[in-house]
Amino acid sequence: MGQLLVLSGKGGTGKTTVASALIQLSKVKHFADCDVDAPNLDLVMHQTVDPIITDYSGLPKAFIHEEQCIECGQCQSQCRFDAISHDQVKKTYVVDLNACEGCGVCELVCPVGAVHLEPIVDGHLQLYKSERVFSTAQLKMGSGTSGMLVTKVKRQMLEHGVESEWAIIDGSPGIGCPVIASISGVDYVLIVAEPSLSGISDMERIVTTASRFGVKTFICVNKFDVNIEYTDKIEAYAKAKGLDFVGRIPYDSQAVKVINQGKTIVEIDCASGRAVQGIYENIKKVIDNGGNL
Amino acid sequence: MKIALLSGKGGTGKTFVSVNMAFVAEKAMYIDCDVEEPNGHLFLKPQIEAVEEVKVAMPKIDHEKCTGCRKCVEFCRFNALAYVNNAVKVFEDVCHSCGGCMLVCPENAIVEKDKTIGKIEKGRSGEVSVKTGILNMGEASGVPIVKQLIENVSIEEALSIIDAPPGSACIVMEAIKDVDYCVLVAEPTIFGTQNLSMVHELVKLFDIPYGVVLNKCLDDENPAEKYCEENEIHVIGKVMYSHDLALLSSQGEIVSRVDSSYYAKFKTMLERIFEEVHHGTTSRA
Repeated sequence: MGQLLVLSGKGGTGKTTVASALIQLSKVKHFADCDVDAPNLDLVMHQTVDPIITDYSGLPKAFIHEEQCIECGQCQSQCRFDAISHDQVKKTYVVDLNACEGCGVCELVCPVGAVHLEPIVDGHLQLYKSERVFSTAQLKMGSGTSGMLVTKVKRQMLEHGVESEWAIIDGSPGIGCPVIASISGVDYVLIVAEPSLSGISDMERIVTTASRFGVKTFICVNKFDVNIEYTDKIEAYAKAKGLDFVGRIPYDSQAVKVINQGKTIVEIDCASGRAVQGIYENIKKVIDNGGNL
Repeated sequence: MKIALLSGKGGTGKTFVSVNMAFVAEKAMYIDCDVEEPNGHLFLKPQIEAVEEVKVAMPKIDHEKCTGCRKCVEFCRFNALAYVNNAVKVFEDVCHSCGGCMLVCPENAIVEKDKTIGKIEKGRSGEVSVKTGILNMGEASGVPIVKQLIENVSIEEALSIIDAPPGSACIVMEAIKDVDYCVLVAEPTIFGTQNLSMVHELVKLFDIPYGVVLNKCLDDENPAEKYCEENEIHVIGKVMYSHDLALLSSQGEIVSRVDSSYYAKFKTMLERIFEEVHHGTTSRA
């Protein structure tokens, strides 16, 4: 199965708006939301079935057993993440679960075996399975193991075998570990860029990240009419880098209205929806030809 | 006083509000903790005065001493060590620098060396001192950069404005843990509202006073505003979407510098925050 991943270098550029429109247009049977920190795709992808929910546990976390603790302070002094502090009332050391990375050093250094690593639930995977398979997840606040959960979201999407040629994935923002987990294994990346100084800076960072994986990359610009000069710059940048520039989407207050009704922008006739239709056709052409636009 | 700006997600205008608040504050420090995509410097255009490298400790194997017992490989929960071709290999990009491998090695064959994962640029932009954290591409976590960025912040300036990373993951918690007030910036869509509700949970969990700035507002119904009404959250400011504003921002202009009405708007927001913090009249958990 081929996979197209929508990325932006940053949230808020319209990644989910574009991804949801492409999912509608292409009628792919597999799709996923890899923005596990703040998933939004479910809001516009109406599902007819209830999701199958599974607990997700990242790395186990440390727990200190009060009755065994002799307050030697070894755990605190060896913890590199400042996750352990002394509780003078309870006469024991305690772990800040938000800061604990589950490395196990405290367990290792405790001379009396008072520390144990125990799994905790870091989030939930959701799978909507009907004639289409939609895989998504929500990470618990403050959890640092989002890369692992992204991998699980993608695996969950692929393992539930409805026959399908293509899958579309709404990626995670940024350039860090969840994005790297999103990119790994996909065939095509579509970057949604914004025509601003910051948008260009974000786009360059994500292009560099994607190019390390050798993934074929498309670029489109959202809200292009906010700054046409920068839109032209992005198009020129794409050409200079040998990336396919697949289209421009105008700022469209209609889009906000449609999204707020829980629909994708291709479900009504609006300027942004028509633009994404064009982008979809351009991408299809490249994929069908296995070559350039 | 330390104020952090949060958004649940990028692109809502967190940096836009942060740089304008820093500009109208007259004397402030702006700290860009969005280390994956720092953008504040594009607006403030600081003159860089110093660059600090951010380093983390990486294990280094002394292959002479290593007997191949693999205790380090078994211990490492991040799979950063592997025994390949009769030698321990370190995968630096997944290493969390916990130091455990060094502790378990019975031969003292592991020492630590520094690895640079990014940098902090320090500079000035008029009356605003600017600190920008930049994560190198391909590095997994910017948390050590954020830690270094906010170290000793309170003693350096009277007012610090922290532009937090997007989302509500561990790196955001690191950025806001000692602040006096959080500003949640929200967009007028159902996406924006869902993200707002996440950072709302976060600030309640941390018991930090907070208020909301509604950004990119249109004349239509605003689900984010409705959320604030329903949850009795103070709205400290409202910025309407306008093409001119979007254009100025896209060019890296600070709108308060070029338009006095925006200057007044952000000044009022800042004063409102000061008042709320001093009188304890903020939205709180």
